[in-house]
Amino acid sequence: MTATTTAQVATTPVRTVRQPSGRLRAWATRAPLLPALIFMIVVTQLPFVATVVISFFDWNSLYPKARHFTGVDNYQDVLTDADLRHSVWTTILLTVTVVLVSLVLGLLLALLLDRRFKGRGVVRTLLIAPFLVVPVAAALLWKHVLYNPEYGLLNGLLHYVGGPQPDWISNTPLLAVEASLVWQWTPFMMLILLAGLQSRDQQQMEAARVDGASDWQIFRYLTLPHLRRYLELGALLGSIYIVQNFDAVFTITSGGLGTANLPYTVYQSFYQAHENGLASAAGVLVVIGSIIIATFALRVVSSLFREEAGRA
Amino acid sequence: MSSSIAVKHKGQRKGLGLGLVAWLLGIVFFLPIAWMALTSFHSETDAATNPPSFGAALTLDGYREFFGTGGGASPWPALINSTVASLASTLFVLLLALPAAYALSIRPVKKWTDVLFFFLSTKMLPVVAGLLPIYLFAKNTDMLDNIWLLVILYTSMNLPIAVWMMQSFLAEVPVAVIEAARVDGARLPTILARVVAPIALPGIAATALICFIFSWNELLFARVLTGVVAETAPVFLTGFITSQGLFLAKVCAASLVISLPVLAAGFAAQDKLVQGLSLGAVK
Repeated sequence: MTATTTAQVATTPVRTVRQPSGRLRAWATRAPLLPALIFMIVVTQLPFVATVVISFFDWNSLYPKARHFTGVDNYQDVLTDADLRHSVWTTILLTVTVVLVSLVLGLLLALLLDRRFKGRGVVRTLLIAPFLVVPVAAALLWKHVLYNPEYGLLNGLLHYVGGPQPDWISNTPLLAVEASLVWQWTPFMMLILLAGLQSRDQQQMEAARVDGASDWQIFRYLTLPHLRRYLELGALLGSIYIVQNFDAVFTITSGGLGTANLPYTVYQSFYQAHENGLASAAGVLVVIGSIIIATFALRVVSSLFREEAGRA
Repeated sequence: MSSSIAVKHKGQRKGLGLGLVAWLLGIVFFLPIAWMALTSFHSETDAATNPPSFGAALTLDGYREFFGTGGGASPWPALINSTVASLASTLFVLLLALPAAYALSIRPVKKWTDVLFFFLSTKMLPVVAGLLPIYLFAKNTDMLDNIWLLVILYTSMNLPIAVWMMQSFLAEVPVAVIEAARVDGARLPTILARVVAPIALPGIAATALICFIFSWNELLFARVLTGVVAETAPVFLTGFITSQGLFLAKVCAASLVISLPVLAAGFAAQDKLVQGLSLGAVK
């Protein structure tokens, strides 16, 4: 990795080394790939196929004998069940809020860190640290050490200024979960956006400055368009991870107070309620949601990928 | 710190002010961790005061409690399980990903981009989608509460990331150099050891560290598929979800000790962290 991070994205010149053709040759080339490929198909694709199949059965594991095919009933139940519908909404709200807020904060921090100042390396390290706390530990930290209404740090600090002493988790449960996730994910966004900032064309920026462009104009017309791809990438990767979030919801509210998101609901419906069919249907719906996000994500990654291949 | 793109700023004072703002925000973000560390060295009574006791006497009681010397479950089995699961899965990931990345970069198969994107797409399949069949499979094959089941699942969880990262690292090895070595009569093992390894090793190390972090952090699989025997460190931490009287110092000590390997691995991989987290898309 060179010092001046010139946004290299997997440089891929055409690497066709001429080889004598033939089937054997082709298989020899493919051979190193096969173990990983087969492993991934067996461990990730087969269970999903099983989930789809189970989702068409009425199957409570406490009453295994009563298992029978019900067609799309489970999907109807999932889509009409008030709790489940609510958890769909919670998932969307949680994901959008956390991704947007941490993206904006991450951009702000990246812009600050892109300048030179004393101790920049130290500040960068301080800012990355929240991302490197084990997620359950981070959630425990927020739940007990910061939010606790009697002796948590937040109310402790409010005490000094004579502020109120709210019960954060009971009053604003979803916000409490979101704040802890924003704290963990802002560093992630900052790192991606910082890499984006450092890959700007410096000559172009210098030229603009010589031509008398203001800081704001440079930001608006050069930096922001350049960052668009990186913002998209951060948003989409963040969405993929946060849509699946289980740790924070499980730890801070245990899915209570209306904070149960889809992964938590799926976990609960088979692990506690033993409703295998319903859980699978909900799982398939999570996948459909993820595929929609993933299609965009793949497009962004692939365009970055091609752009860099072209530049190389 | 990289990037010595020194753009001289005219407004020195403004630069200074923004530097201060950056410092301030850095401290705000770090404050919860600093407070967690301080609290872990306080006695339980000092840890639970309002207003907070910043200058209270320091003690190792929280750590003694956590390590089970004051009664209660010992965290050692969980820590050992997490170490085994993370190290073994990282090793398997490297063994599977290295040859795959070779076949996707140095001597690429036809349609190698399609294969690369297949790996990426599996990462976007939510864990919950396959959880139930995996649970039922484990139950029927007596694999529940078995750490090696987690090793297999963590390998599949990290393999796509590793393939993407290593593909981009191996792609940095110039084809011309490999060709030159081949013309000089070097055979494949020599080329791998002498030409490819020196260029790709830092990247491979970073990949391993990132895979280690993700395995160490994982909760959902471990929570559903393990019990008393194969319990991992994050599952051990979930024992602190409900309050147990005065236990803040103990919670802080536990959270800190269990996060230490991740903090260490993360800072060691700092330079390549972005590349790993963005699946190799951004360097």
